Amino acid sequence: MSRLNEANTKLAREIISRYPRPKSALIPLLHISQEQNGYITREAMQHLGELVGVTSAEVYGTATFYEMFKFEPVGKYLINICGTMSCALLGAHELMHHAEKKLGVKAGGTTRDGMFTLAHAECQAACTEAPTLQVNYRYRLRVTPADFDKLVDDLRDGKLGDEIPQHGVLAKVRQVIAPERAVGAMAPEDVNDAPAWLDGKAAL
Amino acid sequence: MTIVDPAKTGEVADPNAVNITINGKPTVARKGELIIAAADRTDDFIPRFCYHPRMPSVGMCRQCLVEVETPRGPMMVVSCMTPVAEGQVVRTATDAVKKAQEGVLELLLANHPLDCPVCDKGGECPLQDQAFSHGPGESRFVEEKRHYEKPIAISDIVYLDRERCILCDRCTRFADEVAGDALISFTSRGNDTQVMTFPDEPFSSYFSGNTVQICPVGALTAKPYRFKARPWDLDQTESTCTSCSVGCRTVVQSSRDELVRYQGVDVDPVNWGWLCDRGRYNFESVNSPDRLTNPLVKTDAGLEATSWAVALESAARMIRLALAKGQRSVAILGGARGTNEDAFAWAMLADKLGIDQRDAQLGDGLNPEVFNLNQATIDEACSASTIILLAPDLKEELPVLYLRLRDAAQKRRSKIIEFSAHDSGLTPYAWRTFDYEPGNQARVVRDALSTDEVRQQLSRGQVAVVLGRANLAESEMFTLQAAAAVFEAVPNAKVLPVLRRGNVRGAVVAGLTPQNDAGDAIDILNAAAAGKIDCLVLLGADPMSDVADAGVVLRALAQVKNLISIDTMLTGSNRNADVVLPAAAYGEKSGTTTNLEGRISNLSQKITPRGTSRPDWMIATELGIALGVDIGVSSLEQLNQKLVATVAAFSASKDPRSTRGDGVLMTRETPVSISSSSVKAPERNSYDFRLVVSRTMYDKAQSTLASPSLVGIVNDAAIHVHPSELARIGVADGTNVRVGSEGTSIVAPIKANSRVHRGVAWLPFNHTGVEINPLLNIKGEVTDVRIEPIK
Repeated sequence: MSRLNEANTKLAREIISRYPRPKSALIPLLHISQEQNGYITREAMQHLGELVGVTSAEVYGTATFYEMFKFEPVGKYLINICGTMSCALLGAHELMHHAEKKLGVKAGGTTRDGMFTLAHAECQAACTEAPTLQVNYRYRLRVTPADFDKLVDDLRDGKLGDEIPQHGVLAKVRQVIAPERAVGAMAPEDVNDAPAWLDGKAAL
Repeated sequence: MTIVDPAKTGEVADPNAVNITINGKPTVARKGELIIAAADRTDDFIPRFCYHPRMPSVGMCRQCLVEVETPRGPMMVVSCMTPVAEGQVVRTATDAVKKAQEGVLELLLANHPLDCPVCDKGGECPLQDQAFSHGPGESRFVEEKRHYEKPIAISDIVYLDRERCILCDRCTRFADEVAGDALISFTSRGNDTQVMTFPDEPFSSYFSGNTVQICPVGALTAKPYRFKARPWDLDQTESTCTSCSVGCRTVVQSSRDELVRYQGVDVDPVNWGWLCDRGRYNFESVNSPDRLTNPLVKTDAGLEATSWAVALESAARMIRLALAKGQRSVAILGGARGTNEDAFAWAMLADKLGIDQRDAQLGDGLNPEVFNLNQATIDEACSASTIILLAPDLKEELPVLYLRLRDAAQKRRSKIIEFSAHDSGLTPYAWRTFDYEPGNQARVVRDALSTDEVRQQLSRGQVAVVLGRANLAESEMFTLQAAAAVFEAVPNAKVLPVLRRGNVRGAVVAGLTPQNDAGDAIDILNAAAAGKIDCLVLLGADPMSDVADAGVVLRALAQVKNLISIDTMLTGSNRNADVVLPAAAYGEKSGTTTNLEGRISNLSQKITPRGTSRPDWMIATELGIALGVDIGVSSLEQLNQKLVATVAAFSASKDPRSTRGDGVLMTRETPVSISSSSVKAPERNSYDFRLVVSRTMYDKAQSTLASPSLVGIVNDAAIHVHPSELARIGVADGTNVRVGSEGTSIVAPIKANSRVHRGVAWLPFNHTGVEINPLLNIKGEVTDVRIEPIK
């Protein structure tokens, strides 16, 4: 079963209730489903369609727009090595070659034990710290081949568990919003007041 | 620039008029109108791909760039996204505009394959045409184009070639915004963006053919027309679709005297350019090799081909013999498939012979009185503040009317109040849906319309009732009672009758309806079954598949001494006929037809009738001559003149030109009120299910079965119940169950369906697989069935 489990379905309904239109909740719901299964499954997309009242094709269209949603199983740790200009000049290609050799997979592949997926990435916006990589979107800066080996070994040994959760684990959508702050189902064009809890602090 | 000054001209300025200048020509546009639409009216064509006048603009393709004067000099704007403004100066053909448009076209062509010689769209392709008229002629793009598998089937009918797609968003917008079937979507991103379905979920929309028609390139093609013809070899004529009673305007296209394609024509009052797939693709049945080409008469060896003279003579003899026993031993069933003229010719023949037993409806419609209620047009219904649905699932039975009503609800012009026993295609768009159990709809209507909330809504403006037969397993009286309950609450409500068969309204008004207190189709069949009818004429009717109660049809067909059938093909009903006369099909004859709102529009002949087949009206005149009664017409024009002169309702179409384009509404009679008997439904035993039987778009209709592209879409029948009922019955989804009613039973698979309400079981009518007819006794008020597991 890769539809949302019971707890996540409950959370999904709570998130949906925050928005005037259910389908606005689609992106956070996709994150939850990726967190649950490690990637976005077909069944999950169908389930989300049912939850927010759109077709599976619309969920699929929305989800595939975003690079960070994966549609095939991904390793526990997704390592994105930047290959854009600054990093390329400072050894990104060599780093990638080294990584491929160290992990025994080509870029885009996943190690047999399901621990690592290695991927090329575009600019990670840390050019002063090139070459860079991200493990599950957590930065590692000025990475040398030796740093890479240590990183992989530490991850294998579970030493970085606190710092780097496994792929798909979220923080933001888990935030708790008081039910009275949820807008609830209503047509956006009918919203003509700021919510009461804002207490007049912000205008529409 | 001209700004109308009311003080000088003395005229009152139209508050919605906006004065603009396009290419130096002053013109008056409407407030909110887009520049591209205003320019269309002044004949300043602006190239476009994504813009479609029946859909909201998205500014996707950027081809329609034009220059607008601003205080800071000329500015390039997208004319499909920019509304007109007072004093606006627009230029559509300056050097700068040309450069911009050429640039966009060069980019659109960068990835577009130049396979025009083998592309079905070549010759009528907006990309090809506009590359010629507004393109640079050369490309600087020397890199490899995008490659995809070519083409992939995204449904039973539609093929998608992603290499040709220019991502204009027309098909995806149509599917989502117009049809409400968002089964295709843009997927992926950047250079990989493509139109796709969800993996393994086909684009099975009833309206998919429209995406093929509006695709501005050859990316979407439809199986029935693929590689059938080149556009420049097509010959075409404008006509009206008679697949159902909506009466969509079409162009009928042929190549080498064979129908190859229908396209929707945009007329304001009816179909806005859209067609349903059944109407669009069932032309294949006209070309079917199973079409009858010669008259057939029964011999000891079965039906054998013969000449018209022999066939007409034996038909005449049968009618004469039967008439000798009395006028009530002859009956005519059908006529709703033909033109107004066909129906009128047969009505005249029946009048001359004194045949009162005739009915164009086949027991699945409503009392023709509904045509005399205070009538609404489709436009009036779709602009009413409240639309009350007492109707079958319109998405299944009258698909383009569903599009219009959906539009009315989506654009917030109207609120829909639906009364139904199972969810319909319009349920998601209804403001309120009230659930009834067949038999108690009048009470539910009365209760619902007396709540404060609904009363307040009803008082907001015009109320329109969409009135039709939602269930073939109940008496039509319940629908009429429910309608009467609406009129109690809203006496000035207008009615849009939704009887589904092609030209049923025209046939009834032209006289193919019981006369002098004769019985209706069901009474006729019962009389036949009782041996009281010697000669039965089936005028394009196939009661075996059209009448709910097949039992009575079987007995009737077995009992009548002589059966005469006028049809295009052999059907379940006329296989054992004594005489079969081959009729000309749609596309093979001209005339006029009447749609459900009473709009008369013309039908044009495009191809030669197959074999020796001929139009129904001609058969009536010839049969009349063989019988020694002359109905006094020898040409279609003469017949039409006689129709408009004789039948008051048709007098509105006196000028034949009025039936072209939008057509013309029948002359309306003074509205009468509805009468309904006080029939009451028995209580349902709580173990039983109350049966709802209704049609879906693709069933065993002859025109669907004889269309190779559609026949595969027809589903096998199953009995549908609410998922929670499976446990009560004690069976799993999909297993076979016994469905019994009053001594008879059938075995059918059961399906859990959350659209069916609790306590109700739904059976699709006339599907393949299990014969459901034994369950249907249409003279009963309602049908209750018991569903049991098979031990």
